[in-house]
Amino acid sequence: MAQIFHRSSNMIARLSIAGAVILLGALTVILYEIALSPWYTNERVTLQQPVPFSHRHHAGELGIDCRYCHTAVEKSWYAGVPPTQTCMTCHSQIWTNADMLEPVRQSYRTGVSLQWNKLNELPEFVYFNHSIHVAKGIGCTTCHGPIATEPMTYKTGTLYMSWCLECHRDPAKFVRPESEVFNPFYAQPTYGAPVTFEGVKYTDQATLGSVLVKKYQLQTYQYCSTCHR
Amino acid sequence: MQFVEGTHAGSTAPLARRRLQMVVCLAGLALTLSGCRLDMHVQPKYLPDWPSKFFSDGRSDRPPVPGTVAREDLRIDELMYSGTENGVLSNRFPFPITRADLERGRERYNIYCSPCHDYAGTGRGMIVQRGFPQPPSYMLPRLRQAPVGHFYQVMTNGIGAMYSYSARVSPADRWRIAAYIRVLQMSQNATVQDVPAPERERLQQASTGQTPGQAQ
Repeated sequence: MAQIFHRSSNMIARLSIAGAVILLGALTVILYEIALSPWYTNERVTLQQPVPFSHRHHAGELGIDCRYCHTAVEKSWYAGVPPTQTCMTCHSQIWTNADMLEPVRQSYRTGVSLQWNKLNELPEFVYFNHSIHVAKGIGCTTCHGPIATEPMTYKTGTLYMSWCLECHRDPAKFVRPESEVFNPFYAQPTYGAPVTFEGVKYTDQATLGSVLVKKYQLQTYQYCSTCHR
Repeated sequence: MQFVEGTHAGSTAPLARRRLQMVVCLAGLALTLSGCRLDMHVQPKYLPDWPSKFFSDGRSDRPPVPGTVAREDLRIDELMYSGTENGVLSNRFPFPITRADLERGRERYNIYCSPCHDYAGTGRGMIVQRGFPQPPSYMLPRLRQAPVGHFYQVMTNGIGAMYSYSARVSPADRWRIAAYIRVLQMSQNATVQDVPAPERERLQQASTGQTPGQAQ
């Protein structure tokens, strides 16, 4: 009986095994890259909002403190989106004829809430708390990025669990002095631009971080129940 | 029914069992796949500021029923919550002001007041520079003589173009800000005689360009 397969089939068989391994590897890499890409995570993607609110203008150029609008951030898990009254505190007097602000005025007249589109959305089984983070030297811009330079706000982290754990495993890499938590232009210390804490100048984050971790008694909580309750 | 027949008819039993296994596997797969839902991601609950289709105003946050008193928020202390005593603006604070209170007052002042009143209280803040009507300076004799209750009341109810800050600043913090306004007023109208004697020496050394450390 003649052979069904020619001798060259051996090579094809070997090659296809190798090909399958390479293909699987490539597929894994491609899927991984897709999962980390802004197309999937919405990082650095702006959304259409009822009013093109600019954090660059308000927090950056005018220097309004984060807490002027996000009043609950120090005492609640939720930083709070300001009520229309907060916008109108200034805009009842300035830019009163701007078309851009008509939705704000309409909301104030009618009492119907402005509906902003949420950028930083966590799965609802994650219990993140703003107040403890800002009380322990984790700055706004550590998670929210260079918000005071963003004309239209976008999110600057994947908000994946690995992203949270990056800091929960080693907060010394990110912690800053408590007085700098709400400073949107804070930069980590470098040799050229040191950061002074309690009279001592620090030129690198590693040293400053380890001092602050001890000072603020930062915990490296990685229990599931820390965030999933 | 076929399965029951199959077990009775010996020869068809393996086939029937295989079919059963197949059905169970497919059902299991179907159940597993249909179980892939986002129930935990998207839970049937409301978090602050979330919209609601149930309430006519579209909000899930409900306003409290008129007359509701929140726990620990019974406002019977007239001075604390209205800045008056027997209906007259008071010049007393409802609690003793410590250094910590002043520091908290400074922090809150810088957040909520400085955009218009500026960091020194002269009323030329950034928002005023951008067109907001200029508020009076705290250094005016009229405001230096005003009782602290006046500042508390203005923060609570607003005045002129200034909106109420009662939703943003708690009553105790409003008193701390009022105390800090007194500090600002003093800072612009103080003489060397106001400085306690031991501090005065340091101040004079500092003004001649020497720090106490260098002097030794």
